[in-house]
Amino acid sequence: MSFAEWFSSLRVRTRALFHRERAGQEIDDELRDHLEQQIAENLAAGMPAEEARTQALRALGGITQIREQCVEAKRFNAAEDFVEDLRYGLRQLRRNPGFSALALLCLILGIGANAAVFSWLEGVLFRPYPMVAHQERLVALAGTSRGESGATEIAWPDLLVVRESCTQCEAVFVSKITSSTLNIGARAEVTVGSIVSANYFEAIGVRPALGRGFEPSEEIGSNGHPVVVISNQLWRRRFHGDPNIVGKVQRLNNVPHTIIGVAPAGFYGTFVGWAMQFWVPASMEETFESGGYKLEDRGARWVEAYARLKPGVTRAQAQEEVSAIAVRLEREYPATNRGRGMRLWPLWATPFNNAGTLLPTLEIMIVVVAFVLLIACANVANLLLVRSFGRRQEMTVRLALGASRVRLLKQLLTETLILAALGTGGGLLVAWLSRHALVLLLPARSGVSMYLPGEIDWRVMMLNAGICLAVTLMVGLVPALQTRELQLADALRSEASAVVGARGRAWMRSGMIVFQVALSFILLVGAALLMESLEKIRTTSPGFSTTSVVQTGVSLVAAGYDAPRARDFQDELMDRVRAMPGVESAAYARLSPLGNGSYSSTPIAVDGYDVPLEDQPTVEYNQVGPDYFATLGIGLLTGREFTRNDNENAPLVAIVNRTMAVRFWRGEDPIGRRVKIKGGWARMVGVAADAKYESMREDPKPFFYVPLRQDFARGPVLYVRTTQPVRAVAEALVSQVHALDANVALYELLTLQEQVNRSTSPQLVAVTLVSLLGGLAVILAAVGLYGVISYSVAQSRRELGLRMALGADGPRLLRMVIGRGLRLTGAGILLGAAAGFVLTRMLGKLLFNVSPHDPVAFGSALAAMTIIAIAACLLPAWRATRINPTQVLRS
Amino acid sequence: MSKPSELVQGTLDMLLLKILALEPLNGWAISLRLKQISGEVLGVSVGSLYPALHKLEQRGWIRAQWGSSANNRRARYYSLTRMGRKQLEKEAAAWNRLSDAITAIVNLREA
Repeated sequence: MSFAEWFSSLRVRTRALFHRERAGQEIDDELRDHLEQQIAENLAAGMPAEEARTQALRALGGITQIREQCVEAKRFNAAEDFVEDLRYGLRQLRRNPGFSALALLCLILGIGANAAVFSWLEGVLFRPYPMVAHQERLVALAGTSRGESGATEIAWPDLLVVRESCTQCEAVFVSKITSSTLNIGARAEVTVGSIVSANYFEAIGVRPALGRGFEPSEEIGSNGHPVVVISNQLWRRRFHGDPNIVGKVQRLNNVPHTIIGVAPAGFYGTFVGWAMQFWVPASMEETFESGGYKLEDRGARWVEAYARLKPGVTRAQAQEEVSAIAVRLEREYPATNRGRGMRLWPLWATPFNNAGTLLPTLEIMIVVVAFVLLIACANVANLLLVRSFGRRQEMTVRLALGASRVRLLKQLLTETLILAALGTGGGLLVAWLSRHALVLLLPARSGVSMYLPGEIDWRVMMLNAGICLAVTLMVGLVPALQTRELQLADALRSEASAVVGARGRAWMRSGMIVFQVALSFILLVGAALLMESLEKIRTTSPGFSTTSVVQTGVSLVAAGYDAPRARDFQDELMDRVRAMPGVESAAYARLSPLGNGSYSSTPIAVDGYDVPLEDQPTVEYNQVGPDYFATLGIGLLTGREFTRNDNENAPLVAIVNRTMAVRFWRGEDPIGRRVKIKGGWARMVGVAADAKYESMREDPKPFFYVPLRQDFARGPVLYVRTTQPVRAVAEALVSQVHALDANVALYELLTLQEQVNRSTSPQLVAVTLVSLLGGLAVILAAVGLYGVISYSVAQSRRELGLRMALGADGPRLLRMVIGRGLRLTGAGILLGAAAGFVLTRMLGKLLFNVSPHDPVAFGSALAAMTIIAIAACLLPAWRATRINPTQVLRS
Repeated sequence: MSKPSELVQGTLDMLLLKILALEPLNGWAISLRLKQISGEVLGVSVGSLYPALHKLEQRGWIRAQWGSSANNRRARYYSLTRMGRKQLEKEAAAWNRLSDAITAIVNLREA
């Protein structure tokens, strides 16, 4: 059939389907034409007018009937057949409720796992910001530093240049996470929000529900515009949905801000993972950030930004332009911008929020859920195969009665489609129910409301519809292809053909079991590897004590303290803390290990090895107070701690870690030597043991410490080593802080163990998800194995009975049946091990100190799989031993 | 033969295809042609002609176009499609085989 003909025939059919009235009209015209011709002929033959008409009508027969028959002939047969198949399929499913329920359950679990993961991908990585317009063109904008791989922040003046001169960008806007103390009534609480550029709400296309967004002038000046837009959540929770809220004043970090707007419900800001509670313009940066007025300082990098590209512009094109701007800036301002670049990141790899943290896990999950779906499909296909065996007779009879094979194929596929569609519906329900499950896997933080929703939008729906069709084809074609074997001649010789057919089918079913076992074995290995890795991470010593040390922060920046007042407050508080019952020691540090902040870093020069600035290695450091090492339990190998005397008036000193001492002084005692830090020479007073600084997974690296007083920070972390329980310490600390200043809020108090757990939470998420789905996969595979073995036992009752009659005892039969299951399992495990050997490398980023080919993981997966296989075969094997030989042989 | 024998089931389709293979015609002309070529032996009731035409059109074997008839009326003209031509060949071949077989049987009985 040529395309044109096919097309015209399709047109006729569709026209008839959708314009039945018009088609009827055409038929009427045609019949009338015929009638008139007949009348004309009759008249010409000499009949009287009345007679001619009656005769013509009689010759034609019942016009209405003919018309109906014509219309009938033109019906869209395919659609008609489909409806019929649908009805028939539903009847079939109702007739076998056990089969239907099991098949549906498999599909719902398989498709549900996919739907959930895809909705997370959509809601967390691809469309993470509800209500924000055109997220498909949104990219994250961060800085780069030559020679380093990670992302840095951007200086405000540099960002303004990009905003003004990027021609490929539709909008460039800033959204920098910050936190604030919120005083409402007598309560002070810490909450998170964003410092944004004035074009923020306009750029993301979100209109405040009440009041207004920011004016362009409001991002200019030093503390120039104390205005705030609050979240709908905050408005309802803390202000009881006051309709006259706009214009009222709220203290944020002790600075009165005028509330100018309330964000619409359902808008959570632009930070993956956390729901933002307020937005302030960039001009208020000093109130929320440490480091003073930074809006005119190219050296101060603090901004995180997004850009929305113009339609049709690719990220690579925009990157070219942004890089060119960065090069220009580097040339114009070498003092601040040397080696600095800018990079656009896809939204799903945004380096400065939880997207980057969850990405490796979710990537793995795509593969994992695909495996689960395949296993579920194999189960359903097996079930359908068994059923198609029972329906062989029906199919043959229908073929004999003249049904075309295509028609039978369509009917079988329609039945599978019903299953797949129901499964997809159920799967979407599963996804919807588990849309907030990711939040549950991550440790809670006080002051932060986590928001990691799965998003079920039309794209996720389309994807699931695609999965539904793929499942239909994968699952439905298996039994449908079996009809190919049906021979009309065999129609009534069912006995003979059944055996031949059954053998073909048994081969196919066994093949699918091997495939299922292989897939679930790979998942088991993956889960085992991740578990081992998490265990290693959690048991590796971070280099500091995790028990009996708690940490918290004092938000002096937020409370509006300047440096001298902050110094006094810190000293007074330290005295009070040391006097608290149970406290063994306490110390301050600018940053906590394994926290979110980034350490300061500086080029290093060592006495005697004076190299040019460009060639100096960069080393990170922390600013710590007296007793830091004693409090955290970091061992001092030689030398001393910092003391209160190492203050701003004393000569500069530093303590290095072991790795740095070895690398820079080659094992000689560095005490008393000098090191050039930020241009000043500091004298070494101690060497500390290595510890983990940014991540539990890092290798030992050079690191050093300087006294907090010689590089002051207003909002340090406070560590307390205590014998008291955490709750008691928290209460005592709050009352001590409030006694000094009621406006100062304490940050979340947690033990260092909790801090470690928090830093390893992405690994925990990965372990939990992969184990959960791996477990599901194994159960599905076990169900499949059970089904196949039971079926083969049922099929070979005669043979088993004969063996019994010939003297085989129970244990022997038991061994025989289980042996058959284990052979299939063994083949699957071999296949899975081979594939897993290659695939587990994908876990690379998530594994710590564990080889992807770790024999322990493969071994334990092998053991688990074998035990499960034996368990699955046990019941059918037991049934085999209960066969009554006389009964079987007689039948 | 007092009454024209009923057309053998399925043969009507082949006849229609054959008629249309010669030239495109409208329904009325087809009914005339049917009578003409089958010598009134195979009486086709007009009642079954039109549904059969529409069925063939739906299968894509023939196609219909509006044109004007001999007496300048609007009429639906049917013509054979390429697919229809193939179908005709197939049916004609099958028919020939069948009729040969039947002839052989009939002759056999007389011998």
